[in-house]
Amino acid sequence: MQLQLRIRRFNPEKDKKPRWGEYTLDNVSPNDSVLDVLHRVKWEQDGTLALRRSCAHGVCGSDAMRINGANALACKTLIARLKNGSETVKVQVEPILGMPVLKDLIVDMEPFFDHYKSVMPYFVNDTPPPADGRERLQSPEDRARFDDTTKCILCAACTSSCPSFWANDRYVGPAAIVQAHRFIFDSRDQAYAERLKILGDTFGVWRCRTIFNCTNACPREIEVTRAIAEVKMALTTGIV
Amino acid sequence: MAKVQTHTFDAVIVGAGGAGLMAALYASRKAKVAVISKLYPTRSHTGAAQGGIGAALGNIEEDHWEWHAYDTVKGSDYLADQDAVDVLCREAVETVIELEHMGLPFDRFPNGKISQRRFGGHTNNETGKPVMRACHAADRTGHMILQTLYQQCIKNNVAFYDEFHVVDLIRVGDTVRGVVAYEIATGEFHIFRSKAVHFATGGWGRCWEVTSNAHSLTGDGAAICLRRGVPMQDMEFFQFHPTGIFKLGVLITEGVRGEGGVLINSAGERFMEKYAPTIKDLASRDVVSRAIYLEIMAGRGIQGKNYVHLDITPATVNRYFELEGEKRRIDRAYIEAKLPDIADFTRTYLGVDPVQEPMPVQPTAHYAMGGIPTDVDGRVLLDAAKTVLPGLYAAGEAACVSVHGANRLGTNSLVDLVVFGRRSGVHMADYCQGSDLLPLPEGAADEVIADFERIRHSTGGVKPYIVRAGMQKAMTEGVGVFRTDETISTAIAQMAELRQAYQGVEVDDKGKRFNTDLLEAWELGCLLELAEVTAVSALARKESRGGHAREDYQERDDANWLKHTLCQRIDDGKYQLDYKPVTLGRYEPKKRVY
Repeated sequence: MQLQLRIRRFNPEKDKKPRWGEYTLDNVSPNDSVLDVLHRVKWEQDGTLALRRSCAHGVCGSDAMRINGANALACKTLIARLKNGSETVKVQVEPILGMPVLKDLIVDMEPFFDHYKSVMPYFVNDTPPPADGRERLQSPEDRARFDDTTKCILCAACTSSCPSFWANDRYVGPAAIVQAHRFIFDSRDQAYAERLKILGDTFGVWRCRTIFNCTNACPREIEVTRAIAEVKMALTTGIV
Repeated sequence: MAKVQTHTFDAVIVGAGGAGLMAALYASRKAKVAVISKLYPTRSHTGAAQGGIGAALGNIEEDHWEWHAYDTVKGSDYLADQDAVDVLCREAVETVIELEHMGLPFDRFPNGKISQRRFGGHTNNETGKPVMRACHAADRTGHMILQTLYQQCIKNNVAFYDEFHVVDLIRVGDTVRGVVAYEIATGEFHIFRSKAVHFATGGWGRCWEVTSNAHSLTGDGAAICLRRGVPMQDMEFFQFHPTGIFKLGVLITEGVRGEGGVLINSAGERFMEKYAPTIKDLASRDVVSRAIYLEIMAGRGIQGKNYVHLDITPATVNRYFELEGEKRRIDRAYIEAKLPDIADFTRTYLGVDPVQEPMPVQPTAHYAMGGIPTDVDGRVLLDAAKTVLPGLYAAGEAACVSVHGANRLGTNSLVDLVVFGRRSGVHMADYCQGSDLLPLPEGAADEVIADFERIRHSTGGVKPYIVRAGMQKAMTEGVGVFRTDETISTAIAQMAELRQAYQGVEVDDKGKRFNTDLLEAWELGCLLELAEVTAVSALARKESRGGHAREDYQERDDANWLKHTLCQRIDDGKYQLDYKPVTLGRYEPKKRVY
C-alpha cells in the first residue's frame, strides 16, 4: 500500500523555524513499523533526516516521538494500527514536546536525564550484606510491590506527554517519579525518606494533576499515574 | 586541519553496555575515567538481553560452578580456553550476588532467594538433565543489569560523554595514547588522551539480514582495533540464535524453552527429540539452529515456509510435562509473569498471543563468539604468542577471551560482561597507577578526520543502504547457519565488489549537527571489514565446530583444528591468518551429544 508521511523537519544549520517534510512511500506493508518507514525515507529519499534509534523492538527507548499526535515508540508502532480506512495511509511524525528540538526528530534529552538524576535513582543500603556472602532475601510479594516501575526504559514518552511538564519544565516529570518509585517501594532500599523529601518539594509529585497522559503514552504499559499516586499516598500517610 | 578539543583522563572506556559500565565502576575507584558512548548508556544492547544470567547459586537444586564450566566447555565445542572458563563460572557466583547487592531486582523464589530457571545447555553433570541455573528478572534480565549498573555509575559520579562516537584509536608502536571521538550533536572531533583505552563496544550482527541486534551494533570497536593492527580471533564463529521472530529477527528468549516451551514442525512433531534425545529443546544454540534449518530443508517448515513454531501454550507444555512425568504445570498467569516482554513482542509484531497460539520463529544472527583477543584481565593480545599491548583493554561481546569458543551457551553473555568487565576495570586502574601519560603524536586525529571528510564530500552516487543490503545478503547466503567452500568463496568475491562500491558511497547530509547519515556510512565501513574477516576466517577452517557448520567438512577435526584463528588486516581487503592453541584443562575434547 501507499503511505503519505509528514515529518516535522528542522535543521538548525539551514532553517529559521521548523517546517513540514512530505514523503510518499509505495509498497509499505501493514506490518512495517513507523521506524521502518522513517528508515526508508532516510535511506532511499533524504539522508538528512535525523532521528535516534537503536534496538528497533521497543526496549532501548531511543525513538519516542509524536505519531499522529500521540507519543509512542516508532519501532513499536505498526502501520496497521495507523490505518484509517482509506487506501493511502497518512502518518504524521513530530518530535516529542517539552524539550528543545535539536534537529528534526531529535530533542535535547539532557534536561530529562537531569530530572532523572535528581531523585537518587540508585539503590541505597549501607548495612553490610549477609555475612554468608549471599544475596539479601526478599519475598516474592515484596519484589512484586515495585515490579511495574522496574520496566521503565527512560524513553521520555510519559514526561513529554504531560501538560504539567509542558507548563513548567522544572517539574521532575512522570519518568523521574517512576524511577524513584522503583526504589521507594523496594523493601531492601533505605533511602525512601530522602526521596520522598525530594518528591514532596515544589517541583515534585504535587505538580501531577492526574491527567493520565503518561499512562497512555508508556510503551512499556507501566501504570505511571498509579505509581505517582502511590508516592503521593506515601507522602500523605508516611506509610510506604 | 579542523580544530580538535583535547581531554585528558587516566583511562577511557568506549561503550556503555554491561561490560563498559562494570569496568567503569571498578576502574573509577582508583583512576580518572571517562565512559564514551555513541548512545545514551541506557540504550545499550545489554538492555535487550532477556532470559537470565547463569550462575551456580544452587538456590533450588544442587549445582556447582564446575558443572557450569563443563557445560560451557562442551557448549563451546571444546574451543573455549578452559582456564578462562574456570574464571567465568567461578566468579559468576560472586558477581551475581554483587549485582543483587547493587539492588538488581531479581525474581525471587518463595524462600526469598534469587529465582533460577532452566536454559539451553545448562545441566546437572551427573544426570545430564537440565538444571535451574539462569538467575533472572522476568524476561528483562539484561535491562535490569544495564539499569542497575548505570544507576551505580550515577551514584559514584562516573564521567560520561554520551553521544560521542569513538572513531579511532591512537596507537604509537606498542603504546596507546587515547582515542579520537566525533561529537554527534556538533560534528566536532575530540581527542581523549589517556594512559589506557578499553573497548566494550559490542557485536556486529548487522552484517546479516535477519538479526536480533540493534541497528547500532556495527562492530566499531573491533573494526578500529583491526585497523590499528590488532588481529581478530575466531571470527568464523558467529551465533545464530534458534528463535528469532520470523522475518524480523527479534529475539525470543531461550527462557521460553526453559519454562517448558517446545519447537514444533509442520508435521506437528517435537523435532528436537530426534536431534538431542536427552535435553531436547534445551540443547545448545548451534545444535537447535541447525535442526531448525534441516527441518525446513526437509520441507517441514510451517506451511512450507522457512520457519517453525515455538509453542509455550499451556495445553502443549503441560501435555509434554505429563508425558515426561514432571509435576509442574503452567498457566496463563505464569506466562504473563515470567515472559511478559515476549508476550508483548509477539502481540505487537505478529498479532500472536503466545498463551493461545505458537510463535513463528527462525534462526537469527545473534552473537559474536569471536572478536578482539584478550586474556582473563581484559588485556588485548597482539599475536599467537599472546603478546600484550600495554594499556589496551577489551571486554564483553567485542572481546574474545575465549570463554565461548565455537558456540556460546545462553546466559553466558551476561556472565561474560560482568565478570570480565569487572576484571578488566580492576586491572586497568592498577595499570594506570603504575604508568605515565604519554605525549600525543602530531596530528593524532588527522587520518580519521580525512576519512570522514572523504565520505562527506564524496560524489560517487552510491547509496550506503544498497551496499549494506548487498553485504547482508552475501553474508546470509554465504556465511550463515550452514556454509561450504563454494558459498563462502562467493561471499568473499561479493564482499570485494562491495568494498569497491563503498569507495563511491555518497551521503546526502553534508552538515555538522546530528549527521547520522555520515555516521551510518562510516559504520558501514566497519561492518564491511568485519564481514570480510568473518568470511576469510570461515573459508580457511575446514571442519565443522559449534557455530561454524560446513556442509563440505561435516565433522569436527581436533587433530588439525583444535586451535583459535587469528586474522590480521594487512591492507584493504588483504588478510593474514595465524593460529594459536586452545588452553585445555579438566575436560578432554569428546564427541558432543545432547
